[in-house]
Amino acid sequence: MRSDRPPLALTLAAAAGLAFLHLPILLIFLYAFTTDERTYAFPPPGLTTQWFAVAWNRADIWPPLFLSLKVAAISTTLALILGTLCAGAMARARFFGRDQISLLVILPIALPGIITGMSLRSAFAILEIPFSTWTIVLGHATFCIVIVFNNAVARLRRLSGSVVEASMDLGANAFQTLRHVILPNMGSALLAGGMLAFALSFDEVIVTTFTAGQQSTLPIWMLNELVRPRQRPVTNVVAIVVFLTTFVPILIAYWLTRGGSETAGGGK
Amino acid sequence: MSRDAILPVRGLGDRLTGLFWRHPGLMVALMLALPLGWLVLVYLGSLAALLVQSFFSIDEFSGLIRREFTLSTYAELLRAQNLDIILRTVTMAAAVTLGCAVIGFPIAYFAARYARGGWKALFYLGVMLPLWSSYLVKVYAWKLILAREGIITWATGATGTTPVLEAVLAIPVIGGVSLSTSYIGTWSVFVYVWLPYMILPMQAALERVPNSMLEASADLGASRWQTFRTVVFPLALPGIIAGSIFTFSLTMGDYIIPQIVGSSRRFIGQAVYQLQGTAGNIPLAAAFAVVPIVIMVIYLTIARRKGAFDAL
Repeated sequence: MRSDRPPLALTLAAAAGLAFLHLPILLIFLYAFTTDERTYAFPPPGLTTQWFAVAWNRADIWPPLFLSLKVAAISTTLALILGTLCAGAMARARFFGRDQISLLVILPIALPGIITGMSLRSAFAILEIPFSTWTIVLGHATFCIVIVFNNAVARLRRLSGSVVEASMDLGANAFQTLRHVILPNMGSALLAGGMLAFALSFDEVIVTTFTAGQQSTLPIWMLNELVRPRQRPVTNVVAIVVFLTTFVPILIAYWLTRGGSETAGGGK
Repeated sequence: MSRDAILPVRGLGDRLTGLFWRHPGLMVALMLALPLGWLVLVYLGSLAALLVQSFFSIDEFSGLIRREFTLSTYAELLRAQNLDIILRTVTMAAAVTLGCAVIGFPIAYFAARYARGGWKALFYLGVMLPLWSSYLVKVYAWKLILAREGIITWATGATGTTPVLEAVLAIPVIGGVSLSTSYIGTWSVFVYVWLPYMILPMQAALERVPNSMLEASADLGASRWQTFRTVVFPLALPGIIAGSIFTFSLTMGDYIIPQIVGSSRRFIGQAVYQLQGTAGNIPLAAAFAVVPIVIMVIYLTIARRKGAFDAL
């Protein structure tokens, strides 16, 4: 059918749009190998791999990296517990205030980060809570809940109710059904949700700048380097690390939840 | 299992199961208690704190926060320089939304109407991966692109289009010394970073446009352009508005992009960040943070009035 072939202009515009979305990232990789450490000159005057060794030996990169990993791990764990519980309650039940609760879960990610950040900062100021790793976790866990929730609730809705009923009919109690029927069926969705939550937390910078005080996570370290650059290619090496640390979990999450139309990232 | 269960009760687990069966609300309540408690305490509590702070004021002499109700902090927002910041931010948010809609539409339309099988998955990943990949890395990539010695300057030099670049940079207000210190630069990065948020809801709306409707339009003698204007666009509008809610609100709340790529003129996000940090004026920062919330509420109300959500 003639009408099923896309017009050339549309194909070109769509291809150009996709290229626009992807090409810039490649530059990050290129500039990690440049020999020029003072400017962003293109094309790079020469290529070298020395910056990877330099980055490895820079003592100021390791503490932020460990802090980021720690915060992301704790926030993901908290989000997995809270998000799964919430999904379990909301998947099938109908009750008063249900829509309001859905809104409340989504709100931390729907409102701009600066509002979440400034709100937490205001609360810490009023309650006179000093900044610490835990104040960072407080913010991260809050906006990670929705990621786990979305993945878990989608899987629970697809999980046929008759499987649970069969388990109960065969004499399993609620906890046995949870352990042997529901959790195994939710495994990959929870893993995907956890991966995405980890990626989101590892990379978050806007809320973190309001809740970190003097501490630096890796994105905050990067932000400082962007504003006051020292060895510029080193920042690129770190950018590659951050990119891969978020990219790989996202691909795995996609692979784990493919097939359903409710796929992983729908709710960022 | 009711009280007449055939199986014998084997312990606490079974007894609780019976309890949940008789009171289904109890299990829901138990499961909700923890997450709901967290969200109400941490999130709603913080939002309330934000509102409370915005009604406090700063003592001009001691620099300490005076914890008494006052509207003077909000009155400060109305100063010419602060109104400028708000106006600048809203204008940028509108321009970014428009840019995202125009660039994103062909991708969404192609993916919804023509892409099949593997291509569909490719388009999906092609939009999803940039959405999820590191925000800061994306911004950094654009600093490299827009830098005065960067790839755009090189490309215009290589193709002999340097006068075009110079002419663009010479445009008053949106131009500047280089792309990385101009509004054009800031706008480009915003459009790039928020584009996926526009494509996804747009694509979802376009997927629901039945092919038969396009065929009917063609049968009735409409040209491609007429079909687009009178059939496709109105049906895609709810998706565009849903996407614009994201692009608009995200642009209004961002302070990293204008700080890294842009002129030194401030946006709401930067004002909030500087006021709470170096200036130590948390009340005014809080009042500034309330502005995007108010604008979004107005925006959503108008969108609802116009019936944008009816079709969703």
